[in-house]
Amino acid sequence: MGLDFSMVPKYLDIILLGCAYTIGITVAAAILSFFGGIVFAVIALYAPWVIRQPFRLVAWIFMGTPLLLQLFLIYFGLVQVGIDLPAVVAGIIGLGLHFAVYNSELIQTAILSVDKGQMEAARTLGLSRGEALRKVVIPQAVRDVIPPISNNMIALLKDSALVSVIGVSELTLSAQRVIGKTYRPFEFYLLAAAFYYVINLAMEWVQRKIERRISISR
Amino acid sequence: MTDEKSFVEIRHAQKAFGKLEVLKDISLSVDKGQIVGIIGSSGSGKSTLLRAINDLDPLTGGEVWLDGVEVNQKLPHRQYEKHINQMRQQVGMVFQHFNLFPHMTARENVTMAPMLLKGLSKDEANTLAEEQLDNVGMLERIDYYPSQLSGGQKQRVAIARALAMKPKLMLFDEATSALDPELVEEVNQVMRKLAEQHMTMIIVTHEMDFAASVCDRVLFMDQGVVVEEGPPSMLFKNPTQPRTREFLRKHLENAK
Repeated sequence: MGLDFSMVPKYLDIILLGCAYTIGITVAAAILSFFGGIVFAVIALYAPWVIRQPFRLVAWIFMGTPLLLQLFLIYFGLVQVGIDLPAVVAGIIGLGLHFAVYNSELIQTAILSVDKGQMEAARTLGLSRGEALRKVVIPQAVRDVIPPISNNMIALLKDSALVSVIGVSELTLSAQRVIGKTYRPFEFYLLAAAFYYVINLAMEWVQRKIERRISISR
Repeated sequence: MTDEKSFVEIRHAQKAFGKLEVLKDISLSVDKGQIVGIIGSSGSGKSTLLRAINDLDPLTGGEVWLDGVEVNQKLPHRQYEKHINQMRQQVGMVFQHFNLFPHMTARENVTMAPMLLKGLSKDEANTLAEEQLDNVGMLERIDYYPSQLSGGQKQRVAIARALAMKPKLMLFDEATSALDPELVEEVNQVMRKLAEQHMTMIIVTHEMDFAASVCDRVLFMDQGVVVEEGPPSMLFKNPTQPRTREFLRKHLENAK
């Protein structure tokens, strides 16, 4: 029995909807992880001890435990304390914070490697440390970490399949559901893989665009 | 009990890193419009002294006054931060390695601080940037990024950036030391122009000829003390201290 893609058109709408969820969740979580990563990096480097220490514990939880467990905690666990999030939102928060912690590690290193003359020049003009970070240091640090952050974002895309376990019909789960009806796992998993590949290409294209735009200004 | 203070007044400045004393009780006064040069070998403390004036390298003892206000006065941390940011707005500083913001164009380098700190509108800031960059001969490169500029051009933009805050005092920390020899003159020219406009300046430099031609007074520092000071005609031609003579002799030899 060979491959038979003749059933694809009939179920394409389900797959495309799953694709839309995957893209939406990935983009939202990527944005959260990017800005969250900056905030986390600033906290880790500059916040007073009383904020920094509890924060490090939270960061450890996000780095040291499986993302799957974190999604369960956010979706099922928080209900117990009265926070009942929609599955999509829980998924975005889980993915976003998980990758924010990884991005934060990159951004911290980048902030520390910005030439200290930059901070000095900004302070000399009369900027406060916070203003200097915001206007001068962090923009440069972020430029330096666009390539590794982009890698994290591609990992985020792939891990977005995990939100299927809390019932979000993203691409992988949509494929599974179609397979449940058609008994055609190979075809539909391949189709899902093809869609992931296309999204991946699109993300790489965006990354190159950003890198080209900033290459002149470093 | 007269306590008349000069425009810039440094009193008993001391700076120590542990047991290492970088500045040993230095006092210096500079009048408004005066141009003071500081020379000395590296490690003599001249940069440290300059950086103490805007508290970039805080002193461990002594006072710095600018236009009647104590720069490094004792205040609670938050108040001090506010105070020092206010003071620094009045003191322009130019660094050896330019320290331009690489992610901003020349225009943005100049406009950022005035817009953020003085509330200038975008139009006002743009006019200011054009004015200041024209002043240093960099108007044609206004929308270039630092990476697209030569060292001399970068330094001229850095001077424009400092001047855009309308400082009362300009500090130059070896502004031409990192430049290729052929690019030194364009920066010196800008500094000469500033001198003609009677900007108060303190210039740390390795260039004796330049110091001799623009400075009203030159200080020779060695091992954390001012060994000798005087008008350049005296200090360069008839130094009284053996250490000054030795320094100038070595410097001449190296220049050959």
